Amino acid sequence: MQNAHCGKLTRRRVVAGAAAATALLGSPAVVRAETKALKVALLLPQSGYFAAAGQSCYRGAVIAPKVLADYGYHVTLSYYDFESNVAKARIQAERAIGDGAQCLVGAFESGATLAIAQVCEQRKVPLVVNIAAAPPITEQGYKYLVRNFDTGGQLLTNGLRLIKDLIAATKVDLTTAVFLHANDTFGMSMRHAMDKLFPVSHMPFKIAESISFDPQAQDLSVEVTKVRALNPDIVLVITHAADAIKLIRGMVMQRFEPKAIISPGSPGLYDEEFFDALGPLADFSIYTLPWANPKAQMTQALEAAFKPAHPKYRFAVDSFNVGFTFEALLIAADSFKRAGTANGSQLMAAIRATDIADHVMIGGPIKFDDKGQNNNIRSAVVQNRNRTPVVVLPPNVATMTPVLPMPPWHGRT
Amino acid sequence: MIELWRSIGWRGQVPLAIALFALICAPVIADRYLLSVLTLILYLAYVGQAWNLMMGYAGQLSLGHALYVGLGGYVAALLWLDFGVGPWLSVFPAIAVGALFGAAIGWLGFRFHIEGVYFALLTIAFAEFTRIACDNLAFTGGSAGLFMPYVEKLAGEWWNLRGGQLLFYYLALLLAAAAIVLTAHLAHSRLGYYWLAVREDERAARTLGINSFRAKMTAVLISSGMTAVGGVFYAFYYNTLFPSQVFDTNQSIELILAPLIGGLGTVFGPIVGAFLLTPVGETLTTLAERLGVNLPGTKQVFYGLTLMVIITLRPTGVWPWMARVLGFGNRAS
Amino acid sequence: MFSLYLNVISQGILTGLIYGLMALGLSVIFGVMRVVNFAHGEFAVVAMYATFLVFRYYGLDPLLMILPLAGLFFVVGYALHVTMVDRFVGRAEHEQFILLVGLAIIMVNGLLMIFGPDARAVNLPYGLDSYLVGPLIIPKARLYAAVAALVLACGLFVFLRYTRTGTAIRACVDNLVGAGVVGLNVKRLYAITFGIGLACVGAAGTLMVMIADAEPSLGSAYTLLAFIIVIIGGLGSMTGALVGGVLIGVSEALAGFVIAPSMKSMFSFALLAAILVLRPQGLMGRQT
Repeated sequence: MQNAHCGKLTRRRVVAGAAAATALLGSPAVVRAETKALKVALLLPQSGYFAAAGQSCYRGAVIAPKVLADYGYHVTLSYYDFESNVAKARIQAERAIGDGAQCLVGAFESGATLAIAQVCEQRKVPLVVNIAAAPPITEQGYKYLVRNFDTGGQLLTNGLRLIKDLIAATKVDLTTAVFLHANDTFGMSMRHAMDKLFPVSHMPFKIAESISFDPQAQDLSVEVTKVRALNPDIVLVITHAADAIKLIRGMVMQRFEPKAIISPGSPGLYDEEFFDALGPLADFSIYTLPWANPKAQMTQALEAAFKPAHPKYRFAVDSFNVGFTFEALLIAADSFKRAGTANGSQLMAAIRATDIADHVMIGGPIKFDDKGQNNNIRSAVVQNRNRTPVVVLPPNVATMTPVLPMPPWHGRT
Repeated sequence: MIELWRSIGWRGQVPLAIALFALICAPVIADRYLLSVLTLILYLAYVGQAWNLMMGYAGQLSLGHALYVGLGGYVAALLWLDFGVGPWLSVFPAIAVGALFGAAIGWLGFRFHIEGVYFALLTIAFAEFTRIACDNLAFTGGSAGLFMPYVEKLAGEWWNLRGGQLLFYYLALLLAAAAIVLTAHLAHSRLGYYWLAVREDERAARTLGINSFRAKMTAVLISSGMTAVGGVFYAFYYNTLFPSQVFDTNQSIELILAPLIGGLGTVFGPIVGAFLLTPVGETLTTLAERLGVNLPGTKQVFYGLTLMVIITLRPTGVWPWMARVLGFGNRAS
Repeated sequence: MFSLYLNVISQGILTGLIYGLMALGLSVIFGVMRVVNFAHGEFAVVAMYATFLVFRYYGLDPLLMILPLAGLFFVVGYALHVTMVDRFVGRAEHEQFILLVGLAIIMVNGLLMIFGPDARAVNLPYGLDSYLVGPLIIPKARLYAAVAALVLACGLFVFLRYTRTGTAIRACVDNLVGAGVVGLNVKRLYAITFGIGLACVGAAGTLMVMIADAEPSLGSAYTLLAFIIVIIGGLGSMTGALVGGVLIGVSEALAGFVIAPSMKSMFSFALLAAILVLRPQGLMGRQT
């Protein structure tokens, strides 16, 4: 109804709505050409079930304008919390666009991302997906959507390849594994990918059993007992932070010492709460994930901006969410600069033509295929060392060498 | 319908006509954001009305109504995805499945005299059971969710509910209006009086020869079937279904707040409640932003506070009080 | 294989006892006043955070925190009853429901505002130790917490059975009108009851944080769990709440072990539905 290029925008807000009468607050027309900055709205789950991740993404967004300005890009940001709720996500997307946002970035959670995508499609406003792994997102034919994030299958393909490299590099004999995954959207898409990809990836170990658990369960000691009975060398996990803590704690209490705990592409093993709760027991866990390239110049600039802005948080821990959120903004800002306009279809065309060689996350240049998917993202093997995530493979981006098998639980400092 | 219109008197007819006219014309002046908020309000008013029939009129407390939303949504979505059956057709099996589950719960509850909070827990148990089952079933997509494809060439097929905001707005308006008419009709029917009798004193109702089991069962069947229609709307509006979202207990609670706040057992309570609560939430969001508060949770704290204040000051709901103050005909309340 | 089952069952029993103490609080409030405390689990979570704070800043063992915190929760409960809940006693369930759901929303999001969304852990020095008894592995913290829950439940039992106030409260359950007639101050007794209910849930929260991490959003799951346990065990039955807790603990553990962990809470709900239909007074409840 009101596109950015109309020249003026009217903001309307619901103020009260008794007996179907809704009062409208029309604010004075805002002239777009005031600044040459792109107005980007971030839709994040800052409260509700995904609050921890949403707030982590938020920390990346707030430092982005300054860092981008140093690279000659200009954005102004506004934030919309959709409370981890699909219905609210849709409304907040409408509101953001009504408020004059020219590009949307979000939304960490797949269901909400799709709800926002429909709004963007109808309003012809681009949506740059920062994080959301469900494969259907880029399979639904949305024209105003790109995703700078891996699908579950890509995460796992990269992960399994790296685990093979890891075993080769450390020369440890690992022959059996148990696959333990959360039964939620992300966990299940990883499970489907695993069922499909593992048999054809010729891994040096076998999977004895795949076990799904309820991520909101209070207690995972039974799950651990079950794994312990199978006594595998490797425990492959798809977790969130809260259940990862319960799993590790359960293993220690039940005196179960696998040779390796590896996540082939999930969060959970590197969140601040994980380190906080487990201390030295958090060390030596391994995860294969897209990661901020510690040797890239833009990563270092981002890290430099992060420290003073968020003294209570560590960049190394936040870098996954922060990095992808920053890159989504980078894509939007870069496209805006090239397009020279915030007009929806022209901006979208520029976004689709994105080709950014120097960026934050590990991998090739940021480019999108016809479906809007970036296939150049690569994972790294990251290991917790001294309560800090450290890239240990591949060698060209690694800052330490991997340690396997894990040292015993007891006697760690 | 005409009966309802007559019953409210001119002091009710004028504002009602104005409200209806305003809602029909709303898309002319409202922007898309406002329209999406209104759509949510009307959807909540509709589902709230369905719940109101069962709780407000027949006195059966269900805290698991998300079950029927989920069932309706899944039936319609699966038929659309697997067999290409459009919503106008799949709404019937959706109603059937919703009513079937309603019948099972109702039969268990009423046959074994499970009442009050116990009945409420039975409804929660069914909803949670179904949620976990759906989470683990392959054909529903499990916890990975069910996605309805967005196909460009179908985008204009309004008859298959593939359309924009405007379509869903008018659909929600239609549903909410139809629910009000149906409720008003039922409330003044023989069945409606049976319900009231059972709600107030079941034993006395039975001695008067009312088949209380059948009366309560009809309430559950109508309510669950209606709610399942809401589920079909949900599926085609949001295009994604996750068991953890649609069957959730929090979803059940969200659905019933509008009638509870608006006024149980009244024709206009649910819609008044919905028009009160959703804007309160949205206004709080805006207010928090204006004041520069970026502390997630702030808004919900005030929302909870609002609920407590309203229920303490107006325990029977806002609408009966409003109707009295504004001098509407007493039959409308 | 046998030893595996033994381990699974023992874990279920220990966890179940703590659940039982939490449910006991609900049973007392619900059984005596007929008030449906839909914010029950949220109170437990507040207690978890309180324990976490004291542990983090003063290093005090949660076991030492039980009585002070239970006392504090008693006072809070008493005050809450006098100021708010009292006017809802005897009113329709759905009105109580809204009041307490509103309170629950405030507590959950208040915790989110103060502590953020991350899980908070109490890292006890013995938190990861366990006893080996033959093939059995018994985690120390879990054992201590379960024993404490049992002791507290017994203490409450003694209070209700052998003190004047306790007898008076039980009289209110049996015959409310009669209790008023013989001159018992029902309002005050109800306030004490609500206080006791919260003291139970406060103590349970303190113990819970020994075996699980505190998160703002845990509350509603605990509330539901407490309701299931109370219904299964039987309303107003003290032993019923504990037995119900253990039963739920063990059945979830076994279901998780034998079938699929992600489906284990299905069995609690199925059990609940079965009990409602077959034995509505609960396993230990009196025939009404």
